[in-house]
Amino acid sequence: MILSLILNGKPIKEEVSPDLLLIDFVRSHGCYSVKRGCETSNCGLCTVFMNGKPVLSCSMLAMRADGSRIDTLEGLQEEAKEFGAFIADQGAEQCGFCNPGTIMNAIALFRENPDPSDDEIKEYLAGNLCRCSGYEGQLRGIKAFLQYKKEGSK
Amino acid sequence: MRYINQPIRKKDAMSLVQGKPLFLNDLARPDSLIVKVLRSPHANALIKEIKLDKALKVPGIEAIFTYKDVPNHRFTLAGQTYPEPSPYDRQILDRQVRYVGDPVAIIAGENEACVDKALKLIKVKYKVLPAILDFHTAKDNEILVHPEENWRSLCPVGADNKRNLCASEVDGAGDIEQVLSECDVVIDHVYHTKANQQAMMEPFGTACYIDAYGRLNIFSSTQIVFHVRRIIANALGIPKSQIRVTKPRIGGGFGAKQTAVSEVYPAFVTWMTKKPSKMIFTREESQIASSPRHEMEMHVRIGAMKDGKIRGIDVYTLSNTGAYGEHGPTTVGLSGHKSIPLYRDLDAYRFAYDVVYTNVMSAGAYRGYGATQGIFAVESAVNELATKLNMDPVALREMNMVRQGDLMPAYYGETANSCALDRCLARAKEMIKWDEKYPCKDLGNGKIRSVGMALAMQGSGISNVDVGSATIKLNDDGVYTLLFGAADMGTGCDTTLAQVAAECLNCDFEDITVLAADTDSSPYDSGSYASSTAYVTGKAVELACEKLIKRLKKYSAPILKRDWKDLEFDGKRVYYPETDESVSLMDIATGSMCGNTQALEVTVSHSSPVSPPPFMVGMVEIELDKETGAFDIIDYVAVVDSGTPLNPNLVRVQTEGGLVQGIGMAMTENIQYDEKGVLKNNSFMQYKIPTRLDIGTIRVEIESSYEKTGPFGAKSIGEIVINTPSPALVHAVANATGVWIRELPITSEKIVMGMLKQ
Amino acid sequence: MLTIKNYVKAQSLSEAYELNQKRTSRILGGMLWMKMSNASIQTAIDLSGLNLDVITETKEEFSIGCMVTLRQLEQHTSLNEYTSNAVSESVKSIVGVQFRNLATVGGSIFGRFGFSDVLTMFLALDTQVELFNAGIIPLSEFVTMPLDNDILVRLIVKKVPLKSAYLSHRNTKTDFPVLACSVSYLNGSYRAVIGARPAKAIIIDVPKELLKEDDLNKNADIFAQYVAEHTTTGSNMRASAEYRLHLVKVLSKRGYLQIEQTTQAGGKKK
Repeated sequence: MILSLILNGKPIKEEVSPDLLLIDFVRSHGCYSVKRGCETSNCGLCTVFMNGKPVLSCSMLAMRADGSRIDTLEGLQEEAKEFGAFIADQGAEQCGFCNPGTIMNAIALFRENPDPSDDEIKEYLAGNLCRCSGYEGQLRGIKAFLQYKKEGSK
Repeated sequence: MRYINQPIRKKDAMSLVQGKPLFLNDLARPDSLIVKVLRSPHANALIKEIKLDKALKVPGIEAIFTYKDVPNHRFTLAGQTYPEPSPYDRQILDRQVRYVGDPVAIIAGENEACVDKALKLIKVKYKVLPAILDFHTAKDNEILVHPEENWRSLCPVGADNKRNLCASEVDGAGDIEQVLSECDVVIDHVYHTKANQQAMMEPFGTACYIDAYGRLNIFSSTQIVFHVRRIIANALGIPKSQIRVTKPRIGGGFGAKQTAVSEVYPAFVTWMTKKPSKMIFTREESQIASSPRHEMEMHVRIGAMKDGKIRGIDVYTLSNTGAYGEHGPTTVGLSGHKSIPLYRDLDAYRFAYDVVYTNVMSAGAYRGYGATQGIFAVESAVNELATKLNMDPVALREMNMVRQGDLMPAYYGETANSCALDRCLARAKEMIKWDEKYPCKDLGNGKIRSVGMALAMQGSGISNVDVGSATIKLNDDGVYTLLFGAADMGTGCDTTLAQVAAECLNCDFEDITVLAADTDSSPYDSGSYASSTAYVTGKAVELACEKLIKRLKKYSAPILKRDWKDLEFDGKRVYYPETDESVSLMDIATGSMCGNTQALEVTVSHSSPVSPPPFMVGMVEIELDKETGAFDIIDYVAVVDSGTPLNPNLVRVQTEGGLVQGIGMAMTENIQYDEKGVLKNNSFMQYKIPTRLDIGTIRVEIESSYEKTGPFGAKSIGEIVINTPSPALVHAVANATGVWIRELPITSEKIVMGMLKQ
Repeated sequence: MLTIKNYVKAQSLSEAYELNQKRTSRILGGMLWMKMSNASIQTAIDLSGLNLDVITETKEEFSIGCMVTLRQLEQHTSLNEYTSNAVSESVKSIVGVQFRNLATVGGSIFGRFGFSDVLTMFLALDTQVELFNAGIIPLSEFVTMPLDNDILVRLIVKKVPLKSAYLSHRNTKTDFPVLACSVSYLNGSYRAVIGARPAKAIIIDVPKELLKEDDLNKNADIFAQYVAEHTTTGSNMRASAEYRLHLVKVLSKRGYLQIEQTTQAGGKKK
């Protein structure tokens, strides 16, 4: 079937199999940041944006993204770098395997709610598992980043 | 100091946060054959017949291998120093399958779809045998998990396959029965921990190819490149010279990747077909056919006098190694040797164990490595003792806990030369406001708040066994390359070891380039496990840098026309202090590339005769719903002594991460088998690791001691951090409800059912 | 692994219905469950082009299209005002935001899963389902029907006078419920719905005349006792039947107390 979508700003038109999952499609286009950590929609590692909304690319047919805008961390390098530096300053990136999904979803949170409380941060990111950091360092990094953004906007 | 005890950003941090392609499945060759295995549906069975004809006809299938195609000698997948204490009890594929999930056939094909199709078309007839699913019944059972004659144990660990014993031993000092009989109070209980999964976010994975010299190259997500080389050589029956093992970034390990879980299958495929191949485990495979914690049951007896003086500790551990013996004989040792020594001046102790084979998934190495299980049992028993004595458990610890300078008979006779456990306890008590909160406070709304505590210790490497090596070389421009064989699996050792080098060489941190780990180019290292890397390999880096500085001085001596012993090095130059004549590092580096006969490159190997324990105190406050039994962690405080923290950020995050894994083990991570031996917790949907909503607030502080045998005073941090949550949470629940949970996890159901029985 | 031969983005409901009459066809909801299965599907039918992803509201009712996501339910102001946030409460523990951005109301309800929070919630309201072929029927009737090849087009929630509360007990914050419980005072009658028993949710209508004590807590105990007596529970890997039954009492009592402290919504404003 013909799938046409916009991946990280670039239009793509391509023949795909009907049961191709979106994660495998984006990885085949070099978006290796999108990781698979489970097969049961629980880990959040495969998070991408579909028309701006965070979704699990492992649980979606690529065909369902037909006509949509798909963004991965490859298309958000500047934001990833700016925010990721705050995670790095905590040492909370650790193994890094969950980072792309978590950072994607954190960016989605900041767009939806620029001034979230601790509880709102935890709730929004609850579907992003991390086994290394114990989450506290990620929270410190997020809060430091939000503080930096607040001060920057004054 | 410029770099030691500094919160340096990890060298790979920015690449990781930007999601660069750095992991196994990002880097494996795209033309790799896809390798999968067909897994046994039976817990114990003999293969009567395998029909491959239909499967082999699927377009794209390259090869299918069965037990008939593999060498018929046995080996172990455990990543341990040779001769491995783990028995040689595996074949790549075997005619007998010993747990649900044991590989039956290896399938390689062009793509996933054809391999999946072929998997379904392989027809196997089994002779189903009775299985041992309850580890209490394994020892001397008439059913044998390993009846085969070519089973081998290389070390005297008390193993006997004709008794289903993977290991067995008794150790002790003094007359424990006599001492316990003299005690005013004896606590006598059995504690049970489950076979928890490491659940690192990156599943197991390996890619293989043949290089220009016809050698087998294994590119794997592993903590142990050198051990993998030996394991594959053993498994395939080929010379080690024909194998190279390297690793990319590793998406978490926690001990899981200290066993060669995925390597042998694609290695065999590539060796036989000479084509590149890769095997990426699914999460389900990572859950059901891997290397989790050993399930253990510990019978603890602790005797004390009325005043609180603990006089004797007796621990008997029954450990379940599952179908194969990886890490079986060694993990169990820590359940006694790293729990009993928390207490000083015992009149007697005894530590005995049996490690048994059963027909469930093989266990392996998981952070804490038996100490976690033993500390859960002993610390729970000590907390029960405090309740029975009507004594504050902190006061009981203050009276009995190990202190700096103490000889620790149950810890291989080592002395606690660096121990801030007393300061950790005092600080943790202050942080959580123990005196105000112990034991509990009824909030009057159906909720009750309570506190609990535990001590912990671990080791720093395996004494007289672990080897860490470092090569440091001076390059053009006066920058250095540091090579070692330890594996950064997210822990940050590429960074901390570079910090040690930069500190020693007094250079900019950016001037240290790190390369690890590669069996062809790295100096030998046992690998990153047993809390060894900072302490053992870190010391090797320090020694290597010292030696290189000496080499630089010797190189400069003829230039400066001085005796090299009179020269100094300040990081930028070698100079003669009296006259300040000098030769710059840049000139040395450049000069060394022309007409030079002295390599400005040194390698040092290091091993330690001791394994200095890090220490830790964990205290927790919970809020418990008296009707549902559900509880939330309000505050978890942990104070840790890991000697000098090389990088306080990384020490903190290691601690927080370990605590959350420990919280998962304590509260939610259950392992359940059905009556046929099928593991039910086979996904992240059914095996619940904590999310960020499940953990409350965690506060970590560092109380440093100085360990003179470690680099800049450092001890380890990686493992100890998982040890306190289980006993501390059980304690808090008991302080709220009077119910002592002695089998993990602590579910709300167990609490309520316990309360209803009271 | 799930395999799909054809994918069709339906141009109309009748086309979708036609295609769905073959046994090897499947309607795609959020696909979260289907993707975990090993099903071999001939034709996967996607309804996402049919404007069924909207919640509309009139004076009398909410109409919730089958492709509305759980995240939309969670964030819908007026639906949550009407239910005193019970709807939001019922979905917010389901895995994570990304999951809820995909999972659909139609998929959740049509599957009639035992663990379903969504089904437990909507059974406590005056909910009807519109099926493409069978037309509009009460949700309570729909849950007892066998799975067939009809298409669930939308949910209709009548804005009758209502007080409602949603409670669940979970082993972790985002796990399946060990027990789910919604309690409502619906059009002048008390109702408890118990889900994740672990079997499919059941409705227990509690006769008002039983609750005649002056003391609120006593009535709550009677309510809880009645609900427990009319509920059967079972065991699975998350909990035993015995503990579930204990939770039935605790949660239904709490639900009752919660609605008794809630202002009534819906119906004609006085």
